[in-house]
Amino acid sequence: MKPRHLLATALAGLLAAAPPALGQALFWSTQAQPIEETQAMREMVLKGFAGGVDYQAADGGPWLTRLQAEVAAGRGTIAVLGGLHGDFASVADALADLSDVDVAGVNANMVALGRLGGAGQKYIPWMQATYLMAASREALAYLPEGADLEALSYDQLIAWARAMAEATGGPKFGLPAGPRGLKHRFFQGFLLPSYTGSMVTAFRSEEAEAAWEAMKELWRWTNPASTNYGFMQEQLLTGEVWLAFDHTARLADAFNQRPDDFVAFPAPAGPKGRAYMPVIAGVAMPVTAPDPAQSRALIAYMLAPETQIATLRATNFYPVVEVGLPADMPASVRASGPAIAAMTTAPDALPALLPMGLGALGGQFNQVYVDTFERIVLGGQPVRAVLDSQAEELRRILAEAGAPCWAPDAPSEGPCPVD
Amino acid sequence: MPRLLPYLLLLPATAFLVVFFLYPFLLVAIESVTRQGAWSLANYERMAGHWKFSAAFWNTLLLAGIVVPIQLALALTMASVVTGLKAGRATILYIFAIPLGISDLAAGLVWLAIFEQTGFLNSLLTGFGLVERPVLFLGYQNPWAILLAIVLAEVWRATAIMMVILVAGMGLIPREYGEAAEVFGASRWQRFLRVTLPLLRPSLQTALILRVILAFEVFAVVAALGGTQFPVLMGETYNWQFTLQDRGVAAALAMVILAISIAATLVLLRLLHVPKEART
Repeated sequence: MKPRHLLATALAGLLAAAPPALGQALFWSTQAQPIEETQAMREMVLKGFAGGVDYQAADGGPWLTRLQAEVAAGRGTIAVLGGLHGDFASVADALADLSDVDVAGVNANMVALGRLGGAGQKYIPWMQATYLMAASREALAYLPEGADLEALSYDQLIAWARAMAEATGGPKFGLPAGPRGLKHRFFQGFLLPSYTGSMVTAFRSEEAEAAWEAMKELWRWTNPASTNYGFMQEQLLTGEVWLAFDHTARLADAFNQRPDDFVAFPAPAGPKGRAYMPVIAGVAMPVTAPDPAQSRALIAYMLAPETQIATLRATNFYPVVEVGLPADMPASVRASGPAIAAMTTAPDALPALLPMGLGALGGQFNQVYVDTFERIVLGGQPVRAVLDSQAEELRRILAEAGAPCWAPDAPSEGPCPVD
Repeated sequence: MPRLLPYLLLLPATAFLVVFFLYPFLLVAIESVTRQGAWSLANYERMAGHWKFSAAFWNTLLLAGIVVPIQLALALTMASVVTGLKAGRATILYIFAIPLGISDLAAGLVWLAIFEQTGFLNSLLTGFGLVERPVLFLGYQNPWAILLAIVLAEVWRATAIMMVILVAGMGLIPREYGEAAEVFGASRWQRFLRVTLPLLRPSLQTALILRVILAFEVFAVVAALGGTQFPVLMGETYNWQFTLQDRGVAAALAMVILAISIAATLVLLRLLHVPKEART
């Protein structure tokens, strides 16, 4: 026998000897990564599923690599995938069609997002969240005169941050601008659309220039350690920061640990409205799922009202189906719920959806906004020149993906244009 | 059969290297020069055209250029001290080598805990009343402070690997040379320069090549202390692969790291060339 054959035989032997699936469904997810949340998913949310679930949370990179490897191999062990809209957008071909799952109780817009621009239902909405502002009680003393917490403007936010910085001797406003922070969502879904009414098309417009000038002004009164921040709840709790913007799930600990010390309120508004970005997480089934019937059962289980409430307790992500929330919900839910309602139903509310149809280019799309921020605000480069050069990059990405515009940009034939 | 035996014994290790190193390496090399299935240098163009690339490139070289000489000097000193010891040698060696047992991310986190705004250094400074409020050392405005922190962490973490190699090398130098030089009246310093260093060349070569290559691959320490504020080649590779999901450009960056590693190795081989007749 030639050595090569020997090797092949040995490898085949090894593969055949791999332990068989234990009957537990593997739930491979990018969500609920902090160990307490993972634990809560296992013990509170998934315990009731017959047959048992092995819930494993991973970073986006490893999550994607394993999925791609299983699909390339043509067989896999992942039963159900959990991830954000953006996680799924890059792997549409690896996802089985779930059109036959009953989604009657779910908001139709969210269900439509789950088709990823194609015909089949690629993922089923699982839970939702958004971003909010949070302030400690100390901060409220410096709220500019005449400003309404429920209807703040960016100018008032800047004045507020400035008042705190000048009164306390150090900036007390914080942004999650660290490597793991969600700063790009602030630029894409809040700041820019508030000033331009657009996320993509008006990227290098004069209004966008004004938005970045406002950002520079805000940054003067922002704690410079923000470039290390990931989850603003930490800095709120240590008192390093009194006023912050972040994902509801990343503010939750502050409310849960000291419910009386913090308030939640809507994101500020700009000249074009109060832009905000809803976040949608979904569950999907890879084409290589070992037991599709079991996977479908688990997906249906995730949509049951009791599961949705348990998920809210475990992850601070809100249900996607109509459920009556019990009175004993965590403090973070009680604080964020009204703020979310105030933001989404505000007269000037301007929803800016998560990027759609970008596929694997989603990361590069986000990077355009992060690079713009790093160059203009941190690097002090001229706004006009940076916007022009980053617009080139944005154009290339949208053309390569062939992605048409999404809200708040007007629908387009062909790739979304950057004027 | 005995003639073939050594080769048979080497076969598993060779097969392992071929399957798990050479083959993936070839795939990466091919990936770096293809785009959508066609041969192209587009990956390299995109890599070089990105506004962070030149910063990452020069930061990596700068870091290696600062860290390796410091480590060389420290490792030579430590190795000389350890070699000269009569008692307690093993204990000192163990203590020196402790940072080797820590992963580089953990090492980065240890130093982050010191330099953070809420870290030990700030507690100390405010405790002694030297500063009024905690200082932000690792902010984006102080790239030099970030560089300094990374250099400290790297020196602390990885000097021992050079020292271990140099201690072994010094142990191989016959005592007679040093004693002969002493008889002719050479001072300690002269003996070190004229006897120990030249005879240490082979070990120096190994230690330097190993350290320089590892310095080009620096990643976790930088990620922990500098985040995205101090771009290095390895960090950018990770970023292109996982955040930007462009494997082609990530592969191109990996090839750049390989190229400078090979270049540095060749330079070191030439500089510290050991003549054939001098090899023992």
